[in-house]
Amino acid sequence: MWVFVEHKDDKIRKVTFEMLSEARKLADQKGEELCAVVLGNNIGAFVETLGQYGTDKIYVLENELLSQYSTDGYTKALADLAKEQQPSILLFGATVIGKDLSPRVATRLGAGLATDCVKIGLDSEGNLIATRPMYAGKVIAEVGFSSDTPQMASVRPNILPATVLSDSRKAEVIRLKADISAADIKTTIVETIKTAGEKVDLTEADVIVSGGRGMKGPENFKILEELADVLAATVGASRAAVDAGWRLQIDQVGQTGKVVSPNLYIACGISGAIQHFAGMGTSKVIVAINKDPDAVIFGKCDYGIVDDLFKVVPIFTQECKKLRSE
Amino acid sequence: MNSIVCLKQVPDTEAQIRIKPDGSGIITQDIKYIINPYDEFGVEEALKLKEKFGAGTVTLVSMGPQRAIESIRMALAMGADKAIHLDDPAFEDGDAYTTAKVLAQAIKGLEYDIIFCGRQAIDDDLAQVGSALAEMLAIPQIYLVTKVDVASDKKKAKVNRQVVGGEEVIETTLPAVLTCQKGLNEPRYASLPGIMKAKKKEVNTMNAAALGIDPNSAGKAGAKCRILKMYSPPARSAGKIVSGADAAETAAKLAKLLREEAKII
Repeated sequence: MWVFVEHKDDKIRKVTFEMLSEARKLADQKGEELCAVVLGNNIGAFVETLGQYGTDKIYVLENELLSQYSTDGYTKALADLAKEQQPSILLFGATVIGKDLSPRVATRLGAGLATDCVKIGLDSEGNLIATRPMYAGKVIAEVGFSSDTPQMASVRPNILPATVLSDSRKAEVIRLKADISAADIKTTIVETIKTAGEKVDLTEADVIVSGGRGMKGPENFKILEELADVLAATVGASRAAVDAGWRLQIDQVGQTGKVVSPNLYIACGISGAIQHFAGMGTSKVIVAINKDPDAVIFGKCDYGIVDDLFKVVPIFTQECKKLRSE
Repeated sequence: MNSIVCLKQVPDTEAQIRIKPDGSGIITQDIKYIINPYDEFGVEEALKLKEKFGAGTVTLVSMGPQRAIESIRMALAMGADKAIHLDDPAFEDGDAYTTAKVLAQAIKGLEYDIIFCGRQAIDDDLAQVGSALAEMLAIPQIYLVTKVDVASDKKKAKVNRQVVGGEEVIETTLPAVLTCQKGLNEPRYASLPGIMKAKKKEVNTMNAAALGIDPNSAGKAGAKCRILKMYSPPARSAGKIVSGADAAETAAKLAKLLREEAKII
């Protein structure tokens, strides 16, 4: 059983640990080894932490041409190794890279793939059963696989818990040279445009403070930024706020934006349309602050405040600051 | 500039989705259908490219039952030139793999510089077909595209795509499959003359036999994944309404609840 490791700047993305923790249980049930697959170039010792989460074996596939992510290069390296090693199950994070790479690899291997899963398990014969939302979360589907292997799934970040089995647990590291040539890669990154700064990405944030139409203008998001600073949160936005041009599209949470699942989601001036819930309905705790008592979000949140957010939020920020300094 | 746009008809985003009592699928009765919104960005981008280059054809390729013709006509009314409608009961209940296979088979014989797909269809939310199609056609794919700039010789394009924390500008050889993300453009509305013209535009309906596809390798029979059952997500119930004498008291109460009851801050 394999897990694709997503990493950047010598840091492994959290969703990788989440998948490994869950896959460890499945590997035990199947009586199989759990392998983590790392692609890149000059991969350092940071990969050793993968052992702590239950990994038995770490494949490190290296090539200069893998130093930057490309669909073509990564697909070839990963699919070649999978053809040779024949994993039974192959998991990816349902991240931008995971969702770009996994369908291409699945097609090359003639394998089935379930996208954006919120639960993974096995049937009585050890076949993967993946549970995933469809119709923007209005439906949950259980997906089964044909006997073609690997059985593949991408897993939504922030849903499964990441558990360190033991700090001293070690995995065997196998370093391999990936057989890729420049001609295999048909795309080149010519420029990278940063828009989000150093904040945690919405899809991995533990806390999200989101603003909607009730924010009344782009300048007012400052009060959400201040709250976010106190809570180490990332600021999101509803479609209304993005369509009004107050926030970037990259900040949008919802059916046509990002799907997020933080521990705490604070919705400010958001009515809570079904399309917005499609993007944040799996958050653990939802707080709504809206002055409209009829806003549908009050029917689906854990804590609601019916009041003017411009009065409540700044005081709430101060209260949180106080509590957190205690 | 010859563009292909893959188009899927999907339930309206506002549609209430009801599940059959046995969990085998959804009840399609009374559903209002629309063009998948991400595919609509593809139609618009293809039309813009045709206008920019002053020549070429925009061909729609759509797999779906008979009703899909309404969405095909709508995209033709926006300005697409012609369409292929892939319609066969054998294509139904498949997965991304079988869908891409049918699309690839239909597209193989066509002349094209670029293929647009939506980043995902908003019904099954798979986000796989564009990549699977690119793999089957052995051409590059770019996921989550927000800007397209095709070189004058039509051999290459510079494409912006969303990544964590920003965007990348990627240069790709053409043809390629681009999967469209919101922000790429604002799709035009079909005009009344457009709607009239669309009625006369060529729609080539093809089934498995016409495509040369073995029905046993298509749809449900050929799928690598199948839906075992569907159910409604657990409903979130209304929680506590927090209130106080004034905003200050309410805010303080909320902070306390999140700390002591929810244990989350």
